[in-house]
Amino acid sequence: MDLEVLVALPIIIPLLLGAISLTVLSNHNAQRWIGAVGTALLLFSATALLLQTKEHGIQVLEVGSWPAPFGIVLVSDMLGAIMVMLASTLGFITALYSLKTIRKRFERFGYYPLLHLLLAGVNGAFLTGDIFNLYVWFEVLLVASFALLILGGERAQMEGAIKYVTLNLLSSALFLTAIGLTYGLVGTLNMADIAVKLGSVDDQKMVTVIGSLFLIAFAIKAAAFPLFFWLPASYHTPQVAVSAIFAGLLTKVGVYALYRVFTLIFTADTGFTHEVLLWMAVFTMLTGVLGAAAQFEIRRILSFHSISQIGYMMLGLALFTPLALIGGIFYIVHHSIVKSSLFLTSGLIYRLGGSFELKKLGGLYRKHPGLAILFFIPALSLAGVPPLSGFFAKFILIKAGAEVDSWWAIGIALLVGLLTLYSMIKIWNEAFWKATPEPTPPVPAPTRNVLIYFSIGILAFITVALGIFAQSMYEIAEIAASQLLNPAAYIEAVLGRGSQ
Amino acid sequence: MKPRRFNMRSLILNTGSSLLLPLLVLFSLFLLFRGHDEPGGGFIGGLVAAAAVALKLFAEDYKAARDMLRVHPLQLVGIGLVLAALAALPALFFGQSFFTAQWWSVDLPIFGHLKLSTPLLFDIGVFLGVIGAVLTVVFTLAEAEHS
Repeated sequence: MDLEVLVALPIIIPLLLGAISLTVLSNHNAQRWIGAVGTALLLFSATALLLQTKEHGIQVLEVGSWPAPFGIVLVSDMLGAIMVMLASTLGFITALYSLKTIRKRFERFGYYPLLHLLLAGVNGAFLTGDIFNLYVWFEVLLVASFALLILGGERAQMEGAIKYVTLNLLSSALFLTAIGLTYGLVGTLNMADIAVKLGSVDDQKMVTVIGSLFLIAFAIKAAAFPLFFWLPASYHTPQVAVSAIFAGLLTKVGVYALYRVFTLIFTADTGFTHEVLLWMAVFTMLTGVLGAAAQFEIRRILSFHSISQIGYMMLGLALFTPLALIGGIFYIVHHSIVKSSLFLTSGLIYRLGGSFELKKLGGLYRKHPGLAILFFIPALSLAGVPPLSGFFAKFILIKAGAEVDSWWAIGIALLVGLLTLYSMIKIWNEAFWKATPEPTPPVPAPTRNVLIYFSIGILAFITVALGIFAQSMYEIAEIAASQLLNPAAYIEAVLGRGSQ
Repeated sequence: MKPRRFNMRSLILNTGSSLLLPLLVLFSLFLLFRGHDEPGGGFIGGLVAAAAVALKLFAEDYKAARDMLRVHPLQLVGIGLVLAALAALPALFFGQSFFTAQWWSVDLPIFGHLKLSTPLLFDIGVFLGVIGAVLTVVFTLAEAEHS
């Protein structure tokens, strides 16, 4: 028993704190304290889990002492632990940022309990070893995200939310159908058990069909081509803190699910599934970056870039070599940090410059050099300029592509990198460099932004550190990738104990 | 034209509800406690209890129903969720896996043999959570009509 409880803590901490936070809904101070201290606790437990998983291999917890494959298991392999660590970091940063930016009426509406619930759902999805339980966690995080998305109740938010809800419901329905078909085929829901039993199914065509259903369902959640349009419709509408955690985390849950399912379960027909993934990855990269080029609202530009970056992560999975998976995992970590950081910065640009529209902004470099630096670092990192984390993430992926002679895919990846740089320079030129346009937008009353600067600063620091200490990150990603490519270890960790 | 006010106090409903209310609440508790081995449980019990408060709302008014509940329904959801989450923890103190059901038998003079357990705690959490969730919806609608 002893340290296995670490696997459950990243789920139970936000659940419990969210519930407690709901009981003191009218006490704003208590809400904020629980938000900040609670997510700090979560970060602490996630760090412990990551270290434990790195030292002692895959951690398994049989919930309620029901043995696998009958009960639900929580499994923390290296990929899961990395994702939990990422979610907890972003949760903590977002909570800090929220302290200063979320208005009281949103707090009364239940902002903090929803944030905790979202984190519980995300961590649950990363840690569960049961495919139906994965569906349940998806729903938990979706319910929380629906509510967070419409916080404020503006027209644009409702419009975005309708697209978001509709496409996500479609995706959930497909996901559920695929689970039903899988259960009909092999009679089990435990992912490790499914992986074992699918091999001996006669009707391998059916397996590929089910795999494709999972692929579509998760691709919608990851905002991959062609069903991505819910993301640019909705991500720029909510509160900035909400946008930041959505952009950093939610699409990654879809990507994570793809990584999990297409390395553990559906690996029999990679000639088909991973080829489809490759095409999707390429088109996702292209459409995202081209969509961004046409936008002039900071948050919309960032939303479209989120899509194109998802393409890189899928590319890592599609190439399906050790190096490509390492690159993909590196990319997931890099992008979550950088994209959240950019969204939070856009909030600060709004607070100091009075607008999200590039045409109305200007002269921010002269007035707020600190802000300019905080934007500049993650923007260059996103575009892949050395020595920041984005460079290494792209470099590993492109090297992996070259190894398998996937020249046109890496060609497009490089082109998209260039176009990303164009977009970032566009924001830089318009918002920071050019003179303040006349008439100047009404700048909100100056407020103390120390905590905001601090929270964005941490993220900027992380992207620099990930670049400088790329070797350590590479080693962790390497462990994760080797576990993904050898599902036998995962299966043994989950089922081995049950059969003994 | 002014929208018609919700003001059709019925003497029969009023009198009937004051008789029905305690019965409904008792029935919901009955459902909750028999739930572990027989049909019933926290969810259905919670629905019945929420129906009891909703009946108060129809028979009297919004304010009476709010006063009857005393706390904000969302707080009830919170308390319910806390209890449900706490039910996962006792197993840890006995060196068992998280969420493993714990049972304690208690012999009481009047009630006789009593089985207490963490699933019961979880169910009570569900019970409160359901009451809170349903009443949040009902009160929101009533509030919209009230103002």
